[in-house]
Amino acid sequence: MNILVCIKQVPDTKIIKVNPKTNTLDRSSAPAILNPYDAHAVEEAVRLKKEHGGKVMVLSMGPPQAANAIRKCVEIGADEGFLISDRKFAGADTLATSYALFKAIEKLEKEQGIDLVLCGKHAIDGDTGQVGPGIARRMGMPPLTNVINVRNVDEKNKKIQVDRKIEDGHEIIESDLPCLLTVEKEINQVAYSPFPNMMRAARYKPTVWTVDDLDDVDIKQLGLKGSPTIVGRMWPPDKSSGAEIVEGSTEEKVKRVVSVLMEKPELFASKGGEK
Amino acid sequence: MNIEEYKGVWVFIEQRDGEIFDVGLELLGAGRDLADKLEVELCGVLLGDGIKDKAEELYQYGADTVYVIDNPVLKHYRSETYMKAVGDLVRKYKPEIFVYGATANGKDLASAVATEVMTGLTADTTMLDIDLEKRMFEASRPAFGGNIMATILCKKHRPQMATVRPKVMQKPEPDPSRKGKVIEEKFDMKEEDLRTKVVEIVKAAKKGANLEEAEIIVAGGKGIKDEKGFKMVKDLADAMNATVAASRDVVEAGIIGHEYQVGQTGLTVTPKIYVAIGISGAVQHVVGMQNSELIIAINNDPDATIFNAAHYGIVGDAFEIVPMLTEEFKNALAEEQGKGVTTNA
Ligand SMILES: Cc1cc2nc3c(=O)[nH]c(=O)nc-3n(C[C@H](O)[C@H](O)[C@H](O)COP(=O)(O)OP(=O)(O)OC[C@H]3O[C@@H](n4cnc5c(N)ncnc54)[C@H](O)[C@@H]3O)c2cc1C
Ligand SMILES: Cc1cc2nc3c(=O)[nH]c(=O)nc-3n(C[C@H](O)[C@H](O)[C@H](O)COP(=O)(O)OP(=O)(O)OC[C@H]3O[C@@H](n4cnc5c(N)ncnc54)[C@H](O)[C@@H]3O)c2cc1C
Repeated sequence: MNILVCIKQVPDTKIIKVNPKTNTLDRSSAPAILNPYDAHAVEEAVRLKKEHGGKVMVLSMGPPQAANAIRKCVEIGADEGFLISDRKFAGADTLATSYALFKAIEKLEKEQGIDLVLCGKHAIDGDTGQVGPGIARRMGMPPLTNVINVRNVDEKNKKIQVDRKIEDGHEIIESDLPCLLTVEKEINQVAYSPFPNMMRAARYKPTVWTVDDLDDVDIKQLGLKGSPTIVGRMWPPDKSSGAEIVEGSTEEKVKRVVSVLMEKPELFASKGGEK
Repeated sequence: MNIEEYKGVWVFIEQRDGEIFDVGLELLGAGRDLADKLEVELCGVLLGDGIKDKAEELYQYGADTVYVIDNPVLKHYRSETYMKAVGDLVRKYKPEIFVYGATANGKDLASAVATEVMTGLTADTTMLDIDLEKRMFEASRPAFGGNIMATILCKKHRPQMATVRPKVMQKPEPDPSRKGKVIEEKFDMKEEDLRTKVVEIVKAAKKGANLEEAEIIVAGGKGIKDEKGFKMVKDLADAMNATVAASRDVVEAGIIGHEYQVGQTGLTVTPKIYVAIGISGAVQHVVGMQNSELIIAINNDPDATIFNAAHYGIVGDAFEIVPMLTEEFKNALAEEQGKGVTTNA
């Protein structure tokens, strides 16, 4: 079973700083990492490969440095990495991103066959979760989003059963293969990489493609030009007018707050079983 | 694409087993404002099996027209069917703006429809507005882990689409006298042609928390230090008939379960009262509680950012203030309820 995983290199948003003057992100303040959800997607692909054979390919769109994120995937156990990198891809929103990735997947599909595509639930920077379903729609594959468990793969009948997380529980879905899954972190734990993988990753060079290496690309659908959305204004999250800081002794402060609370005493009436 | 042809504000109405999700009703409230500004119709899009009667409810929440597709293959949400059905509606009736709840299925559907009709989609928005001069939809969202807000525009494509986080917009009061009309469409996909099947829907056993429904929440942060400190939070919550909640740091310290976490990677809550004790006010926490009606913050650091989000603030040591507040509150409540003073100090 050949599995393709789409992976993105992202700035670590846990540490990224916002420049307060320009309201832009100081990307140099944060290291670039493999999108954490994508690490789980690769891990799942490697797990499925162990059970069913075949190979795991990873694909990324990004600048040349994104090769580092691909190396990380090789550490986890990916067999081959592909990077599509071209100025013409720059500035893509999710529609243009899914188009570019689709064109590359189409090529891989033609050359080697693909039975399953995996994506992360979302990327922690753009944080839209829209790319996966976009690719699926373009590939004509059913998208199964928010997957927390792959129950079963029936290679003979070309079927897969997964659990999808929904608001108040989960649903079990059966789909024909090939299809596309986007995965949640709960799906697995990313294991420590075995030493031989690390060795291989250190030296690994992914296959790099530009637009010209892809077939029948409509340039108008790529990058900034192919993006219907644009980012208008950016600003730091709302600093509202701020609290009234109550003054006085501790006792006075407490009394003041209690009096505010008691403006609506009916709220506190016991409603058995509410908690 | 002639964008002038596109008129009207649409809201996707998500349902399960015929029960309409609140987020759809919240979006009818928000959509009403947008439609009024643009002087166009507000329309609901309702798909399912045997759901036509539900249109009535949508008028009450502000819809003028409800597009209904009633068909057994639409009983449960599936990208495959819903994407086709909604895509067909968009191509036929050409809405100007189309919003969806940012639920698992809402996001899935909106992403697929955007690709299907080749338009822009803004994800997980928390603010919606119109630039009337340009007749442009302004959808704003937190990005980069909540570190920044961005307004996303879709200038040359229609419909202008967005998913909107549940609980951010206010659900309007229903008006039983409001009427509207249904436009029913046919759908011709057959079960045997479909590639996906919903085998089973498993509802999670309701965990104790149910924070999203709580009217009063008392939340503790790192400032309460440990389990003993959290006991003090629980005592105040008990006195107020409230539910407890926590910041991520407290959850990660193992003091309370993740189902009690408020914030970006936890729950979004909108209680009538939110008491934040020893919480610094990181954006990732604030996005989950900022729409609470009354926010009271207790923190020993006068510069804590939680005071920006709060309505009332007490600067001081929680270990001194909270027990006193609990007692004082109990007394005041007992007095109010005319039961005389009962303390169990
Ligand atoms: C502040 C800000 C706000 C934005 N808001 C929007 C918006 O509302 N709507 C919109 O259309 N665009 C938006 N964008 C643009 C968007 O971030 C980019 O299009 C981005 O390339 C892909 O979106 P994402 O990061 O949200 O990916 P997601 O859709 O969240 O990613 C999901 C999965 O898709 C795969 N994937 C995503 N990108 C790649 C890639 N480059 N290579 C390989 N696999 C990939 C991965 O498996 C990933 O886990 C915004 C950008 C910024 C800076
Ligand atoms: C991607 C991402 C997602 C996140 N998601 C969430 C989320 O969903 N929810 C969430 O809460 N956080 C989330 N966080 C973490 C968030 O950034 C903060 O780290 C976290 O909210 C801090 O928790 P805190 O306020 O309890 O602790 P701290 O920031 O350590 O604050 C403790 C506060 O207690 C005060 N204090 C100390 N002693 C006392 C005392 N004796 N009396 C009174 N006050 C006292 C201090 O002044 C301080 O303000 C996320 C972070 C990232 C990067």
